[in-house]
Amino acid sequence: MLKNLGWRAAIVAFVVLMSFIYLMPSFTSEVPGWWSNILPRDKIHLGLDLQGGMHLVLEVGSVKAVESHLERVVEEIKRDLRKSKIRYVELKRLGNDRITLTLMGPEDKDVFKKMVEADYPDFEAASVPGEGDRPSFELTLLPKAKTHIMKMAVDQALETIRNRIDQFGVSEPDIRPQQDNRILIQLPGIKDAKRAVDLIGKTALLEFKLVDEEHSVEEALKGNIPPGNEILYEVNIDPKTGRETKIPFLLKRRTLITGEYITDARVQFDNQYNEPHVSLSFDARGARLFEQITGQNIKKRLAIVLDNNVYSAPVIQDKISGGRAQITGRFTTDEARDLAIVLRAGALPAPVKIIEERTVGPSLGKDSIEKGFKSMIIGGLLVVIFMAVYYSLSGVIADLALILNILIIMAGLAFFGATLTLPGIAGIILTIGMSVDANVLIFERVREEMRLGKTPRASIEGGYGKALVTILDAQITTLIAALVLFQFGTGPVRGFAVTVSIGIIASLFTAIFGTRIIFDYLYVQRRMKRLSI
Amino acid sequence: MEFIKAGININFIGRRNIAFTLSVMVILATIFLLIWRGGPNFGVDFSGGVLIQVKLDENRTPSEIRSALTPVQLEDSIIQEFGGEGQHEYLIRVRRTDIELGGLSDKVRHALISEFGQNVEMRRVEMVGPKVGADLRQKALFAIFYAILFIAIYISGRFEQRWLMSIVMALSLAFVVYVFSSFGMPVTWLIVIALIVTLGLCWFLKLKYALGAIIALIHDVTITIGAFALTEREISLAIIAAFLTIVGYSLNDTIIVFDRIRENLRRFRRQSFEEIMNKSINETLSRTVLTSTTTLIVVLALFILGGGVIHDFAFAMLIGVIVGTYSSIFVASPIILVWEERFAKMGRSKALPGAAR
Repeated sequence: MLKNLGWRAAIVAFVVLMSFIYLMPSFTSEVPGWWSNILPRDKIHLGLDLQGGMHLVLEVGSVKAVESHLERVVEEIKRDLRKSKIRYVELKRLGNDRITLTLMGPEDKDVFKKMVEADYPDFEAASVPGEGDRPSFELTLLPKAKTHIMKMAVDQALETIRNRIDQFGVSEPDIRPQQDNRILIQLPGIKDAKRAVDLIGKTALLEFKLVDEEHSVEEALKGNIPPGNEILYEVNIDPKTGRETKIPFLLKRRTLITGEYITDARVQFDNQYNEPHVSLSFDARGARLFEQITGQNIKKRLAIVLDNNVYSAPVIQDKISGGRAQITGRFTTDEARDLAIVLRAGALPAPVKIIEERTVGPSLGKDSIEKGFKSMIIGGLLVVIFMAVYYSLSGVIADLALILNILIIMAGLAFFGATLTLPGIAGIILTIGMSVDANVLIFERVREEMRLGKTPRASIEGGYGKALVTILDAQITTLIAALVLFQFGTGPVRGFAVTVSIGIIASLFTAIFGTRIIFDYLYVQRRMKRLSI
Repeated sequence: MEFIKAGININFIGRRNIAFTLSVMVILATIFLLIWRGGPNFGVDFSGGVLIQVKLDENRTPSEIRSALTPVQLEDSIIQEFGGEGQHEYLIRVRRTDIELGGLSDKVRHALISEFGQNVEMRRVEMVGPKVGADLRQKALFAIFYAILFIAIYISGRFEQRWLMSIVMALSLAFVVYVFSSFGMPVTWLIVIALIVTLGLCWFLKLKYALGAIIALIHDVTITIGAFALTEREISLAIIAAFLTIVGYSLNDTIIVFDRIRENLRRFRRQSFEEIMNKSINETLSRTVLTSTTTLIVVLALFILGGGVIHDFAFAMLIGVIVGTYSSIFVASPIILVWEERFAKMGRSKALPGAAR
């Protein structure tokens, strides 16, 4: 018996020791170097609701991605047709899964069909009735290919956003894909929510377009937009008054070059006014294209357009070689820095939409921790006193189990790398109230046994034995509810499920296994006569 | 120290009709209240919309805040004071779901700053789009449903040694849910149907302990929802967590009584079922009262000291613990008795299945 008791005590001592080891990093701000080399050094993670931060869910406009893919294919087909000297009347995208095409004469029908089969395996070509003897086709994007494009759009968006956030500098961001083309982003400790949203949500499609100077903007604004042109605006917000001014530009719709050739983007300050601007470097191909474009359009205005907003439209003074360009505008330094980040990280393959945003300010998080722990300590103390008064010495033993239980929950959080949230603290508090239940069940049974006139030793044995099954049944059902909650829950709610689950298992260990050691020591080994319960 | 003296014998079961009447009345009141209010009061998590917790420099009236929000077209928001006195904290709720979420919180901040000066602190912003809201609603309902289903399986298996039957029940339930959902039935009705089917299956498959436990659970959660409707509190994600905890807690209590009934059935074979039931409830009464007391102590601490964000959660737990304790004494066990009586009347000659004992 003694040897057995020693072993059991050793197990509990081991658990206590391990708990302290896992909790050490959370209590001291800095663990010694030798410690972090061999022992755990992770603090308990705090949820966004406790440390402040931002939770975002974005929806990737995958349909838009499919559409722009189709647009690109239209351009490719045009090039191929030109190469094979096939003349066509009309070629355009139809909706989000088809391209229609009408050829000039019937003689090219078979050639074209072969071309589609060979070069465009993602499409199915079908003849449709056209005008006269001009053959018409409808190319339908296969559903499999469509799904693939949509999935790629989400993957690419995820990668791009991760790049942007990494460059923005957020510690421990959590970015992961979710079902239905969604992306979940968690940014702990972020201070400027607006800036983060702007940075993440920007499509960042950079385009260079020529300004149409042959037609007047005024005329176009009245509704007479010349074919192949569009009106875009330069929007300026006065930082002092918050007033918005919009300058219209009449641009040629055709994009000369996009941001996809950018290899680097940096913030620089001009020498005169010390105003920030973003300087771009193109790769070799982009540099050649840019040289060509600027060479052909000297003395014309080239507009720099980002997400359909005109940033500036400088006059091309000379052919620009070397692949460098500048974006100027009325930036603050932060804005310029963020613009450089998004240009470096690249454009999103499709626009994203924010469908969920939760932000908790750091001060509220701190308040929540303080209040949560205050109610935990006061509630816990009341329960401890209550148990000691109601069950005397046995109550004190149950209190020890309770304290050990809380210790194990905290260490468990650190061990599993789980996150402590405000509902999680509530879960610990609830566990304090509910975990004494196991001991209450045992003690009530022990009292019943004593009323039958049994010795302390026999009463304890009987009490523990009979209560065991009941305790297991009762706790397993609570555990079921907690596990279901874990499965379905997000963020804070999941934190609650975690603490309750660990709490239940810990309370089984401390209340059944832990307290029994003390009782056995007192009443079996020391043979105490009077059972204080 | 003893609150409940040993050998206490209160006739709980004999007063079951009073308890049933009380419970039915409260549940009916809840249903009427919900119909009158047009359904439960869902928070932004489920209905979609915007919730902003803001700290201002001094006390402002809701109408002052509303008029400050006019430039951003949010003058129809619901403004509510939040937290303690002298905190100058307010909740701004926007129920509309047709607004663009991107950049909204910044617009609100600017609107408040231009009216009340620089001392505006955005403490919490929750914006949920309508699609996400619908998703969360669905997830929450399924969570409650699955919790109840798994618990029914566990109880039937453990208390009646009829794992096979409980698995049959689970499978037929899954089938029913599958058939109805393939007709495009909305989730709320799906869950209601599933619960009715669960109860029906428990009744006909003679899973009486599960029947009692599940009715007690539905009873507890319904009354807690009623308390929320009465005090005009919102049901959010955290409250669903509270509901599930109530489910776990109430069951905890119920199972301890059931366990004693099972034990006493073996020990006192001559006594009537009703007597054994009453004896079991009385024997476990001390424990029931004690555990409820300790749990209430901590929940009250949380309710009073835990702060605004956790306040409603603590309220749900408070109601749940009280109702859960009541139901494990007055609802769960008497339901088994009602079932026994009905079955005895319906087919005594067919003989009650011995497997139940």
